[in-house]
Amino acid sequence: MQFKKSWVMTLALTSVLALSACGNGGANNTGGNAAATNEGSGAKISGSILASGSTALQPLVELVAENFMDKNAGVDIQVQGGGSGTGLTQVAEKQVDIGNSDVFAEEKLKDADAEKAAALVDHQVAVVAIAAVTHPDAGVDSLTKQQLIDIFTGKITNFKEVGGADQKIQIINRPGSSGTRATFESFALGTKTEDIPGSIQEDSSGTVKKMIGETPGAIGYLALSYLDDSIKTLSLDGVEASVDNVISGKYPVWAYEHMYTNGEPNETVKAFLDFFLTDEVQTGEVVELGYIPAVKMQVTRDVAGNVTAK
Amino acid sequence: MIRGGYICLSFHFRKREQLRVKLKNSRIEKHHIEDFVGRTYMSFCVLLLITIIVSMVYFVASKGISTFTSGDVSVTDFLFGTKWSPEADTPSFGAFPFITGSFLVTLLAALIASPLSLCAALFMTEIVPGWGKKLLQPVIELLAGIPSVVYGFIGLSVIVPFLRNNLPGQGIGVAAGALVLSVMILPTITSVAADALASLPQNLKESSYALGATRWQTISRVIIPTTFPAIMTGIVLGMARAFGEALAVQMVIGNAPFVPKSLFESASTLTSVITLGMGNTTMGSAHNNALWSMALVLMLMTFVFVFFVRLLERRNKI
Repeated sequence: MQFKKSWVMTLALTSVLALSACGNGGANNTGGNAAATNEGSGAKISGSILASGSTALQPLVELVAENFMDKNAGVDIQVQGGGSGTGLTQVAEKQVDIGNSDVFAEEKLKDADAEKAAALVDHQVAVVAIAAVTHPDAGVDSLTKQQLIDIFTGKITNFKEVGGADQKIQIINRPGSSGTRATFESFALGTKTEDIPGSIQEDSSGTVKKMIGETPGAIGYLALSYLDDSIKTLSLDGVEASVDNVISGKYPVWAYEHMYTNGEPNETVKAFLDFFLTDEVQTGEVVELGYIPAVKMQVTRDVAGNVTAK
Repeated sequence: MIRGGYICLSFHFRKREQLRVKLKNSRIEKHHIEDFVGRTYMSFCVLLLITIIVSMVYFVASKGISTFTSGDVSVTDFLFGTKWSPEADTPSFGAFPFITGSFLVTLLAALIASPLSLCAALFMTEIVPGWGKKLLQPVIELLAGIPSVVYGFIGLSVIVPFLRNNLPGQGIGVAAGALVLSVMILPTITSVAADALASLPQNLKESSYALGATRWQTISRVIIPTTFPAIMTGIVLGMARAFGEALAVQMVIGNAPFVPKSLFESASTLTSVITLGMGNTTMGSAHNNALWSMALVLMLMTFVFVFFVRLLERRNKI
């Protein structure tokens, strides 16, 4: 009886230690495996890739990763979330191979961390466009930039002041550090806004959509892939928020989805990132999930926000 | 005869020595080994546990304190400053709105949940001890087992529209947060209170009835005052849980970083602002460090709650 008990205890102890070792070993071996396949792998790609970061980009990366893994049986790709900030931190520390981010690395890693951003190599795989949305009964179709600024700074408090229904405006914003908010504020408002008392902040786009659809007088902003009939999409300065307008550059509220690597990517990661930019993925999964193909854009934008025609 | 006795004795001693040697080589050795293995394994587990806890506390403390040592944020600015704009060009890190939000929502939740829990516990033990316990025990355990994100989602889908249609404001706010939290801490307080009530000596109640007291008089004047410290323990445990609840609160409280002026205004708690900001900030930035400082405040508050619970438990024993 005692013999069996000590066996069970030792077994439990060793399995716990083995599991924790496995968990660590997976992450530690990432660099090792990928490096080992550099020699003499002609047609067959193998290795393991760990990506983390933006939850907005996560569904797309997971879908493309599945596709890539089906085509290359020797590759194992793991995609985690955690937010753009987490992704950038981890790729700068070489804890992951790819850091997914909704914003340029220089915008998040600045001042003391600026040299970390300089070491990262950017791969722009998709474009996400953001539109201002309101509750279906708000009664407005289009707002000017100045009107949006006044709403989000609290100067306009009722929709009837901008030609809509008599509903008190309820702002549904994102947290101050959100990449979506940074994009909206830079390109739709042109200025950073402070939180005003009584506004609501939510991070998850799904929750934001639900709240805007149910709260009378609500106004917020969502990526194009989330738009549907439960909310009303607004045009900005008369320009409709459509994919064609974004591609041509007429609608300015868009941002790249970045996949950063620390230095130039190794062979497996490079194959995966190149796969992302092939026509098959750009017209397939990218469009399917509501993003805009980066290769189709007729304008480009750099870190400082300067837009130039391609 | 003496010689016979001497032979007998020496023979006896030799036998005993042989027996001792035999025992030493077999059963006693094994018994010592088992003892040793068990002790080592247990010491290892305890050491691992202590190391984990100490390193967690050290990590949170070191990251939390770095806001004050590396940046130019003073402790009073952080704890009592009312302006929170970490992403502005001149960032300010005043966490007072979040501290007040956390306390407000926790106290309200405790106020709402305590009478309900007490009544449930009394029902289980005093009013209908037979089937009351059978009915309420599974209900309480079910409530305790529901994940907090489900509570948050139900709050968002049911409580918020209800508040929006019947009370001023948009439904989102401190009231919604307090209601959701009170349902979450109900099982905690109820189980502790029920245990306390069940452990009362029978003769207390019997002597009260013998003196002619009604059931309500017995409950209100004898039972509750006697078990009051234990019930307070349950309430403090519930408050500790409410203070640390993140996801459910974040979905219904609105998260505006301001001190709420009414119960129906959007507010923020320490936990909700950490949930919103952690993923978007990079490790080492001032914003991230400020979030770690708030985590440190949360941890210190947990210590305070635990201290209170132990204080109350000591009073229970008297």
